[in-house]
Amino acid sequence: MEWLESFWATYSTLMLSVGTNILLALSIYLTLSCGLLTVANAAFMGLGAYAAALLSLNSGLPFYLNLLAGSSLSALVAWLIGGPTLRLSGVYLAMATLAFGEVMRILILNSERVTGGALGLNGIPQSAAWYDIAAAVGFTLAILLRLAGSRIGRTMTAISQDEIATELMGLNVRTYKLLAFVGGAALAGLAGGLNAHFTFFISPNEFGFERGVEILAMGVLGGTGSPWGAVIGGLLITLLPELLRGLGHYRPLINGLVLIVIILYSPKGLWHLLSYSRRSAPEAVSD
Amino acid sequence: MLAQQIVNAISLGAVYGLFALGFTLVFGVLNVVNLAHGAIFMLGAYAALQGVLLLRLPLSLAVLVAMLVAGLCGWCLDKFIFAPLRTRQAPHLAPMIATIGLAIVLNSAIQGLFGAENLRFPFDVMPAQVLSGGGIQITWLEIRIIFLAVALMAVLLWGLHKTSVGRALRAVAESVKAAALVGVDVEGVFRGTSVIASMLGGVAGVLIALYSNAVFPNMGQPMLHKGIAVVILGGMGDIRGALLGGLFLGFAEVFSVAYIGSTTRDAVAFGLLFTILLLRPQGLFGRAAQRRA
Repeated sequence: MEWLESFWATYSTLMLSVGTNILLALSIYLTLSCGLLTVANAAFMGLGAYAAALLSLNSGLPFYLNLLAGSSLSALVAWLIGGPTLRLSGVYLAMATLAFGEVMRILILNSERVTGGALGLNGIPQSAAWYDIAAAVGFTLAILLRLAGSRIGRTMTAISQDEIATELMGLNVRTYKLLAFVGGAALAGLAGGLNAHFTFFISPNEFGFERGVEILAMGVLGGTGSPWGAVIGGLLITLLPELLRGLGHYRPLINGLVLIVIILYSPKGLWHLLSYSRRSAPEAVSD
Repeated sequence: MLAQQIVNAISLGAVYGLFALGFTLVFGVLNVVNLAHGAIFMLGAYAALQGVLLLRLPLSLAVLVAMLVAGLCGWCLDKFIFAPLRTRQAPHLAPMIATIGLAIVLNSAIQGLFGAENLRFPFDVMPAQVLSGGGIQITWLEIRIIFLAVALMAVLLWGLHKTSVGRALRAVAESVKAAALVGVDVEGVFRGTSVIASMLGGVAGVLIALYSNAVFPNMGQPMLHKGIAVVILGGMGDIRGALLGGLFLGFAEVFSVAYIGSTTRDAVAFGLLFTILLLRPQGLFGRAAQRRA
């Protein structure tokens, strides 16, 4: 098993990032599957990361409790802004959540006494072991897969396909939307907390616009028809730059080209492409 | 002091408006949030700089070079990315994700070619005269920036309302199906819009590069954020809204730096945005028309 040890020594951080990125992709899958285009997941990730890290640094509470607190704070904030924000739809919702994300980032950046400002938080204990992350991903995936076939999941797909028709069926559209939004935020907060506890350093700029767009790219590239799509998207966006490492400084160039080619040849996501032959997957995002 | 701030705000706001105009055109006509618009803006700045450095062109011709290069990029964007996605009837998020890929490609290509460091226009090409009077100082450069931005916007507005191409474009923005039924070359309008929007973005890039005399690969990123802010202020897809929104953001930025402090500047802008979206999703200046989304 020597190769496994050396492999792990080299790639453990990468593998843990794969895990947290899959969690993030699942968080955006949850909102996209309800037809909500939100870009605030990076901000909720940051919120969870800062809350959990500050608790770990300043209180003696156990790690799992801190993680839970970070995730709950993200969910709480999502619940608070969800009411007014989710009245918007489509691109307007995306813009509102983008603006919210920027406000959060700037708030964290400017409350220097608590968050360390632009310098970030350093020396967060590395409490997140691989099995924590694996368990979080496995558990989330199991819940979301179960959810996809359930009454709740089918209602969300219905909302994403035709909101008015769903409402006319007597279903409370707003509650389901809020559920998806809050659930997505809780997942993003959890991913942030886990991420902070193995990179042991966080700074506000990790949770900005670029991060939000990257998370969205994971969701869309993988496909929004199934949680497995999010898994594929998370894997792809994290591993692609590593696979292209041999290309030197042309790496980001090829990385961008690959993204374009994937979108061109599988606009509904890779999962759709993979599952196409077996069944026609329900399409979550449509006009 | 106040008059001086107003002059600064107008010149900055005019360029924001120009940038946002291209962004909003692509959204209004092609229904795509073009996240590569910032990268095209950066491409324009580099094209003009190389025109000045390599070809020894005067500044006015360098602006033309920037327009050409950015326009070509817009043509390719539609030809090789948007058009294939249209024929494949991709979900509406797909083109946006593709533009992220394009932004990465452009950024890394420029960084590979010219390096990551901050480049400058040589001082001898920059008009340095300063006009002053009544306590206001305005450089010749600022006057030309304002003039060019306003002239381009005026030509665009005139073209949109008075020419057949402009009418076709507005028809497509209103309804693609109806425009196709009355014989508008919809594909041509899409291609043309992408080219024009990119040209405007490229010129905005040159103007901002001259204004701050800095050209670097990531210069498009903060501009993209501002463009999004402007377009929300003015209403997505709204041409006049983009112009007014640009001026509004120019004023908001210059005045909050002058009177509140530079650290809160972005928070003020985006906090304002968030509030506006919740209260008036159609934008500050938008009519209460039907929402495109």
